[in-house]
Amino acid sequence: MIFAIGTLFFWAAFAAALWAARGRVVFWPLLALGLLLLFDQAVIPGFFSLEARGGHLYGARIDILNEGAKVMLLALGMTLVIATGGVDLSVGATMAIAGAVAAQCVVSAHLPALLGVAAALGVAILAGAWNGLLVAVLRIPPIVATLILMVAGRGVAQLITGGQIITFDNALLAYLGNGWLLGLPFTLALVLLAFGVTAVLVRRTALGLFIEAIGDSETASRFTGIPAPTVKFFVYVFSGLCAGLAGLVAAGNIRGADANHAGLTLELDAIIAAVVGGTSLTGGRFYLAGALIGALLMQTLTTTLYALNVSADVATVPKALVILIACLLQSPKFRARLPRRRERRAS
Amino acid sequence: MKRHLTQQQIPVAASGVVLALLYGSGCALFPRFGSLRVLINLFGDNAFLGIAAVGTTFVIISGGIDLSVGSLVAFAGILVAQLVAQGVAPLAALALALLFGAAFGALMGALIHFFELPPFLVTLGGMFLARGLSFVVRAESLAITHPFYDSFIAQTLAIPVSRRLSIPFTAICLVLVVIAATALARWTRFGRNVYAIGSNEASARLMGLPVGSTKVLVYTLGGLLSALGGCVATFYMQSGNPASFVGLELDAIAAAVIGGAMLRGGVGFIPGTLVGVLILGVIQTLITFQGDLNTWWTRIIIGALLFAFILLQEMISRFARRD
Repeated sequence: MIFAIGTLFFWAAFAAALWAARGRVVFWPLLALGLLLLFDQAVIPGFFSLEARGGHLYGARIDILNEGAKVMLLALGMTLVIATGGVDLSVGATMAIAGAVAAQCVVSAHLPALLGVAAALGVAILAGAWNGLLVAVLRIPPIVATLILMVAGRGVAQLITGGQIITFDNALLAYLGNGWLLGLPFTLALVLLAFGVTAVLVRRTALGLFIEAIGDSETASRFTGIPAPTVKFFVYVFSGLCAGLAGLVAAGNIRGADANHAGLTLELDAIIAAVVGGTSLTGGRFYLAGALIGALLMQTLTTTLYALNVSADVATVPKALVILIACLLQSPKFRARLPRRRERRAS
Repeated sequence: MKRHLTQQQIPVAASGVVLALLYGSGCALFPRFGSLRVLINLFGDNAFLGIAAVGTTFVIISGGIDLSVGSLVAFAGILVAQLVAQGVAPLAALALALLFGAAFGALMGALIHFFELPPFLVTLGGMFLARGLSFVVRAESLAITHPFYDSFIAQTLAIPVSRRLSIPFTAICLVLVVIAATALARWTRFGRNVYAIGSNEASARLMGLPVGSTKVLVYTLGGLLSALGGCVATFYMQSGNPASFVGLELDAIAAAVIGGAMLRGGVGFIPGTLVGVLILGVIQTLITFQGDLNTWWTRIIIGALLFAFILLQEMISRFARRD
């Protein structure tokens, strides 16, 4: 009974969010997410059940939030990078490096976990700075520049772990991936915190404007006095930091650093999340909340397919269709062929 | 014109030097490294990568990128294996796989051209789609046992060198594809159009070049060569596996870049891509011979090589622009 009311409350909140987002880019991914959840509630028994055990909430929706956390974290950094007209292919490899560093600090060097976390984030920032150096200073096209770390980074992570999966029994590191805060997964709090900090950083200062200006036209932005190389360097460092956080979450999830599989292909998921959220790969505009919703949409799709007993291997087909639909809807050429609603309203 | 030539030739010459150094050091370190067998295997084992990388090179020259390579190679492989297992004649199965690859590439090219979608996202979608479809065809790996494979491809089509050594058909395929692709890039209207579009699409259009059809054709060619790579991989492995060749597109891109192609477009050299593939192969062989070097060094070395070649390319093109 309580949870029936809870579900009603959930849909009321969702409807309110949709109403608040009307007329904005974020509306469309949010609508898609709502429709998918509606489908889930109608078709999959128990999808909307919530259960409180030992003061923690369990349920499919909680799983989606928890599982989607890594891609949401990555998508924050990726969105800013894409907004400058770039792309960061190395975040998956950076996750593996960060996890490896944290695990080795705790396991082999017997350092306190907090130092391990700091070292992991430090190395992730360094990885971002390397990308930033290549893109902003050496002016190498972002796809190639970040491809280098994507190829080499996983090798570096394996070098750090010695090719082994380094398991740890550290409470703090495990908490980052599995912990609970106020009955909800800690990762959710981490995502919200990261989102809040990022949003304040780019929307309450001129930084967001600078980023969009560079994405629109780097030459024009330079003529208006925007320090384009510095801003670009910053977004790659920021993306590296986000990847470091995601890497810690991934390591915490499995209580170990798996250099081979941690963050594998998550760079693609992060790019998809940003694009589905309304950020165009050509740069110039970005939607942070959209990126989070994009990540949740893709995670909900995956969870739905698993619940429908579609194997993980075949589940890539619907994913491909979502990508294609998302980029078709963003294409001006495609939209020109759609029936125009706005004209009707104007007449 | 002369500067244009040097701009293309320096990276290729550099990668040739790197290949010679790597191969030479292998010969100096290990007595059996310089044997003809190792050299032949270098071509035979990397044939599927080389053929796919040639397709990637065309796409890169046109200013695009193709991430669907690995999935398409796997798809062609499992499709051929499944069809042969169901009694379809191998040649028909191979032809069907090639047709599918070309059609798949054409579809991606059409989306990219007609709706002006970013190649990165379209081919990313293609990568997920082809991977999923491979598992739809068959969810696990499947061996190919057919006289056509066991005797015709493996023995009749191989060129014997000595009593115990012969050049496998896969190596012959690679060499033929590289020769044909080089001719296509250098001496045909299509090849010149690809270079022109990659250098500057707007001016190519103003010149009246068929930008649309060329772009669609480039991705068609990419899909076709990926599928051919998949077919050649079945000759080599005698099986198909829907889970295989994940990330092959990165090796293909790396080979093309090391071989002198620029991801900005307009610059690239097909034989250079072969050199790039051979460099990747020699590194792999060196690490296998060494024995106690770990495989992760492969990735780090390839990353370092990529960095060096990209830096070289950037310096050369900046130098050329400054004059």
